[in-house]
Amino acid sequence: MSDHSSTAEVRRLMEDPLGHDPEVWRTLSTEVGATALHIPEVYGGAGFGITELAVACEEMGYALLCAPYFASVVLAATAILNAGTEQQKQNYLPGLAAGTQKGTLAYAERNGRWSANAIETQATKRRGHYVLGGIKSFVPDAHVADHVIVAARIEGESNLELFLTESDAPGMVIQPLSVMDETRKLSVIELTDVPAERLGETDKTMAIRETLAIAAVCLANEMVGGAERLRTDALAYAQMRVQFGRPIASFQSLKHKAADMLMDVELAKSGAYHAAAAFDTGADDAEAMASLAKAQASDAYMQTAVHAVQINGGIGFTWENDTHLWFKRAKSSSVFFGDANYHRELLIQAWT
Amino acid sequence: MAFTEQSVREQVRAFLEDTWDPNLSLMEWRNILVDSGWGVPSWPEAWYGLDLSLSLVPTVNEVFAEFEAIHVARKGAGQLAAATILTHGTDAHRQKYLKPILTGETTWCQLFSEPGSGSDLAGATTRAVLEGDSWIVNGQKVWTTSAHHADYGFLLARTNLDVPKHQGLSMFLIDMRQTGIEVKPLRQMNGHASFNEVFFTDAVIPRDQLLGAEGDGWQIATTTLMHERRFADSAGRKIEPSIRTERIYQEEAEEIRVSNEPYKWYPQRAGRPDLVLERAQSTGCIEDPVIRQEIAKLLSLNLCVGWTAARAKAAQAQGKTPGPEGSLSKLASSVVAREANRVHTLISGSDAMLTGPESPMEGVIAEVLVSTPAISIAGGTDEIQKNIISERVLGMPKEPRTDVDVPFLEVRRN
Repeated sequence: MSDHSSTAEVRRLMEDPLGHDPEVWRTLSTEVGATALHIPEVYGGAGFGITELAVACEEMGYALLCAPYFASVVLAATAILNAGTEQQKQNYLPGLAAGTQKGTLAYAERNGRWSANAIETQATKRRGHYVLGGIKSFVPDAHVADHVIVAARIEGESNLELFLTESDAPGMVIQPLSVMDETRKLSVIELTDVPAERLGETDKTMAIRETLAIAAVCLANEMVGGAERLRTDALAYAQMRVQFGRPIASFQSLKHKAADMLMDVELAKSGAYHAAAAFDTGADDAEAMASLAKAQASDAYMQTAVHAVQINGGIGFTWENDTHLWFKRAKSSSVFFGDANYHRELLIQAWT
Repeated sequence: MAFTEQSVREQVRAFLEDTWDPNLSLMEWRNILVDSGWGVPSWPEAWYGLDLSLSLVPTVNEVFAEFEAIHVARKGAGQLAAATILTHGTDAHRQKYLKPILTGETTWCQLFSEPGSGSDLAGATTRAVLEGDSWIVNGQKVWTTSAHHADYGFLLARTNLDVPKHQGLSMFLIDMRQTGIEVKPLRQMNGHASFNEVFFTDAVIPRDQLLGAEGDGWQIATTTLMHERRFADSAGRKIEPSIRTERIYQEEAEEIRVSNEPYKWYPQRAGRPDLVLERAQSTGCIEDPVIRQEIAKLLSLNLCVGWTAARAKAAQAQGKTPGPEGSLSKLASSVVAREANRVHTLISGSDAMLTGPESPMEGVIAEVLVSTPAISIAGGTDEIQKNIISERVLGMPKEPRTDVDVPFLEVRRN
């Protein structure tokens, strides 16, 4: 990861509209096998669990890897795994596992809310086939996706469903959003009578909830990886930076801050690891634990980022210094797929 | 003798079948137990043990549990005293003190902290001066659990003012039942008096009750504190009295009651996050969106603290070098307690002004509200913990010291 995601490379890809290096993506999928991790072997995957997927996300968060991994592997593949028919899994998962195809999940809309009742996109049946209408937003890496999975309601029904369509389908317009964290490209998608196939045949409420929960877990693990990087880089800087004739790391105010940062990050890691394992052991409260992990990681990552800028002092506020790359990822991840308050409310609902 | 798990199981079973009888008195049983070697099997054979490897001790405990047989006395400072005497004492010390500690016949206290030296334990100023064949002690100790009913204490005292602070301390075994010692209960801000102040006015210690050599006190205290942490870890489980009614269980229950008495408010000191949901539901404020957030935040934090400790334990079990997660639990428990206090206050609202039987949960909540400040002080303040974490775990520079290379006499102190 550190070979292929130096901060110079991260900065180059931030400026690049594609947002990732296709050669690195090929390495990641064919040599490392990262795109296949949690996909079962029958669909061309490696057959590991969410724990392993989460470890990959943690490393990517640490390195701030610019790649459509979260969109394609965590979101699209998981959605198809959870909601697709056998045939759909056979059709789409091998390509995603091999990394030769990419996908994303178009869930949230312009209102920016992540609960099911915020979704207004409609699926209408025309001559036996579904067409989608609506506007999706905050869609990660849609600009490089082949398959776009869209959350929508069938006209006249209340349940949320998932539909799979192709990015070059007629009636689909994908426009990049101007984003603060340029290491993760987001798009707005306008859907006008876009032909799509429904994922699965029966009610997919639980499949969607589980997909969102796994997204939250993976994001939480990515976030604790990023927080760890901020923490260790800030510590290394404090050890090296001299003021008043001594390294600033020798000042007790910095030492105590560093101890607090260690605690914040380690506690959030524990939550993120526990939640990932909860999916692999089939724990009843896995979904609630995903919310716990996401809330804990959101607060810890952001707090660590704030401390990291402060420890770097003036240089930490410059564009040239790397801290802001992770600061921005921390900020945007803290609200992506639901902020800490949203997830804490879900947690309390599960507990009462 | 080479033990295996199987042979240990068989031998302990045979021993208990022969000797265990719940109708014995506690002292009769403990005398038999201590003489057998199964009371402290990991101790040396020469001193009440069997040289059993520590890894087989859980097997012994399992068989004891099967028989509901009673163990050697496990009273806080007694265990520490025993470990310290076993390591640093002379044979005469071991002969005199070890067995009565194990049987529970004697109670011990640890005389380390002073009003003038809290975090800076090596700054102790209680003096011991050799006069003829006796050490004469003057000074004051504080935060001494069980001092009011202790038979003996192990005392850290200064024997030399002209050498640097760590070199001028010595460790003594002192008879607490003498006129030169006055013990006064120390009342805490939560109303309990779990500890004591101990005043020494020409208290007398026979010359041969010095532990180790003169000047070894700091080194011995350090190993004792290490034992304290280990006990806090392994024996941290609360010893619960049996519900059985035979004489021996009743005697043990009384022993446990007395030794647990100072700690009865400790659950409240930790903030009682376990009560938060129940309280919010019974008061109806669970509908309040702010309180929902605060509760979720607190309980998430508390769970993460537990999982972090579990991670440390798992890493240790796999023989990995302990990661940073192991050093955080004390500091993290302070944060949990402080946050729990805040959330309980939010839930209780105006009732947080009340105390006693008419107040929320018959006073338990009020006790939480005035007890949590102890947790970030006792056993090493949060500030000291953060110094330790930043220096030992994160490798940051040590605090500058002005008091280590000069005679103690020249060091500024309270």
